[in-house]
Amino acid sequence: MAIQKKSNIHILDGNQAAAIAAKLSRVQVIAAYPITPQTPLTEQLSQYVEAGELQAEYVAVESEHSAMAVCTSASLVGARTFTATSSHGLAYMHEMLHWAAGARLPIVLACVNRAIGAPWNVLNDQQDSISQRDTGWIQIYCRNNQEIMDTVIQAYRIAEIVHVPVMVCYDGYILSHTEMPVDIPDQKDVDRYLPPYKPHTVLDPANPKNYNLVTLANPRVGVDGKLCHGYMELRYLLQEALQNSRETILQAGKEFNEVFGRDYANMFWEDREDAEIIIVAMGSLAMEAIVAADMLREEGIRVGVLGLRVFRPFPKSDVVRALRKSKLIVVFDKNISYGSEGATCSEIKSALYGTYINASIRNFIVGLGGRDVKARELVDATRKAIASLKETVINPDYPEWICQI
Amino acid sequence: MAQKSSLNNRPLEIRWHGRGGQGAITAAKIIAQAAYVKGYQGVTAAPSFGAERRGAPVSASTRISHEPVLVVSQVENPDIVVVLDHTLLKYPDVTQGLGKNGWLVVNSPLPPKELGIKGEFNIATADATKVCQDLGLIVAGLVIVNTAILGAVIKATRIVDLPTLEKVMRERFSNSTVDINLAAINKTHEITKLAK
Amino acid sequence: MGTRECNHICDESSPGIGEAGITGEWRIVVPSIDEKKCIPARSNKPTCFLCWLYCPEAVITKGIPPSINLEYCKGCGICSQVCPVQAITMLPEEKM
Ligand code: SF4
Ligand code: SF4
Repeated sequence: MAIQKKSNIHILDGNQAAAIAAKLSRVQVIAAYPITPQTPLTEQLSQYVEAGELQAEYVAVESEHSAMAVCTSASLVGARTFTATSSHGLAYMHEMLHWAAGARLPIVLACVNRAIGAPWNVLNDQQDSISQRDTGWIQIYCRNNQEIMDTVIQAYRIAEIVHVPVMVCYDGYILSHTEMPVDIPDQKDVDRYLPPYKPHTVLDPANPKNYNLVTLANPRVGVDGKLCHGYMELRYLLQEALQNSRETILQAGKEFNEVFGRDYANMFWEDREDAEIIIVAMGSLAMEAIVAADMLREEGIRVGVLGLRVFRPFPKSDVVRALRKSKLIVVFDKNISYGSEGATCSEIKSALYGTYINASIRNFIVGLGGRDVKARELVDATRKAIASLKETVINPDYPEWICQI
Repeated sequence: MAQKSSLNNRPLEIRWHGRGGQGAITAAKIIAQAAYVKGYQGVTAAPSFGAERRGAPVSASTRISHEPVLVVSQVENPDIVVVLDHTLLKYPDVTQGLGKNGWLVVNSPLPPKELGIKGEFNIATADATKVCQDLGLIVAGLVIVNTAILGAVIKATRIVDLPTLEKVMRERFSNSTVDINLAAINKTHEITKLAK
Repeated sequence: MGTRECNHICDESSPGIGEAGITGEWRIVVPSIDEKKCIPARSNKPTCFLCWLYCPEAVITKGIPPSINLEYCKGCGICSQVCPVQAITMLPEEKM
């Protein structure tokens, strides 16, 4: 830790941590629709506004689609905006997620990860946010409630520099409803870390502008005689912003450490004595994986753990560096890209292509719809993956599922 | 942030059983907070996940450790099981996984030996319902035993002491209700019967 | 030459006549204002101007009577729909 600060630790659940972080970030407009397991978060925020503890406009909308529409409009006119949702709510927001990213608005959204129907299920997996992978948002996953607190604050810092919205994802119930010690940052420190929002678009009646109108395929000369981007140039710029955001994310983590004494990178790398077997997991499961790695170590199997934090932009080069000594990579996904495999597994494979790393990869789908995932199940799966190397080192086309079928 | 596993120091695990509205979750949180105040770095408190209905059996869990708790899966082998409503004892999942030397703490008018529960664990009982009735700890017709039973839990298990619990209670409860709750805890602590 | 120096990161433009090109080329019917009916023309007062307000191409002036820039009037007919006294008729383009 860079500095020793007086800590202000409270026992908080994940939703409380996110609400306090939004308040500390001095959000100005909140538009949200309640949905399990996100509900306590929006309740808490509306209470802050009602009690005058947070100088913000709380817009009680009739749907998540409208929530994101309000956030985009508010962000466009210069307000720092926050919303939160889960599952079907996020799916319903899908169209406006594209809009927020396309308009390059630094909105922060807390996604309390929950399964999607049919059939109905209110419990945790990561299918909801993974399904929004290609909307142009930065996605960051948290392992515990301290990370939720810290990541929401960092998210504004990142979003407002790179002008890309950030989705802060954390596991429903497992984090959202579980209390644990969380150090609440000092408002003065947060203000120091997070300067007021300066919008890149300013709606000014004295100098009217059009934003995000019909944009033709090719660049064209505007009425003021300037050559303007066509649709494709704007898409390129969004991709470029995400590609380049790695540096900003790392810098935001470093500066966070300087102010708050907690260090963040774009992934969590638990190096274990040059382990050749690496377990990969994202979200709270990356904590359980550390317990599993310790259990395996007691059996004499050396295992490292790679906890994915930033999923978009996917930190290819950093992941490759972490996996450079690996012979076997065991990827656990709480999501499934139907007809293919777990989304993080695909990313790992893609990152390794063309490198000298020639590791076998085994993918397990776990924990869908709140199915409990125990450390010993991760241990069993890893052992099974090790045993499978005797038969073939070739990577299977499809993942295995840890379920009872 | 590097995380160190707490495996060498497996967290102490408590599972709480009650009925929706009895406050099992609050009890789970109070003990977690008290343990933190007592110096345990790692504590977690969680409800059973999903929808909860008044009157229906619910559970909650607390984990306590000297290091940050990394286990996020549900409690399987609790060291302590606390039952807020003895009518729940008929369900086998209440004592499931409770290990040797563990504690079963039950709100019951019966002494431990007469509960008719077989197992290799220790049993503590206290009639928290009567304590609360006598003190008038009743909200909307429901006797609120979740704080009282904490007296039995800490007498049996000594996770935290009474002064620490009182400190946490004073933080969490308003002045108007804290004293009656503390009286319930103290009284239940006093009358708890232990069978090892 | 690319668009890099257009330093906008989302689509942003200044509103103005001709923003969508020479929209007069789109027209198949053309608005014609009857000065005997048009309120500002009849009263000689700067009033009404609903056609000016509603024209999506902003090609109507607030004159007495209002005038229409036919280079960019796209012939949508909104002005004729909003005119409270039916002073604007849409005529086939070739009859002009
Ligand atoms: S509103 Fe009238 S003047 Fe304006 S573009 Fe349409 S037809 Fe032409
Ligand atoms: S709307 Fe009709 S009456 Fe009004 S100014 Fe236009 S043409 Fe004249």
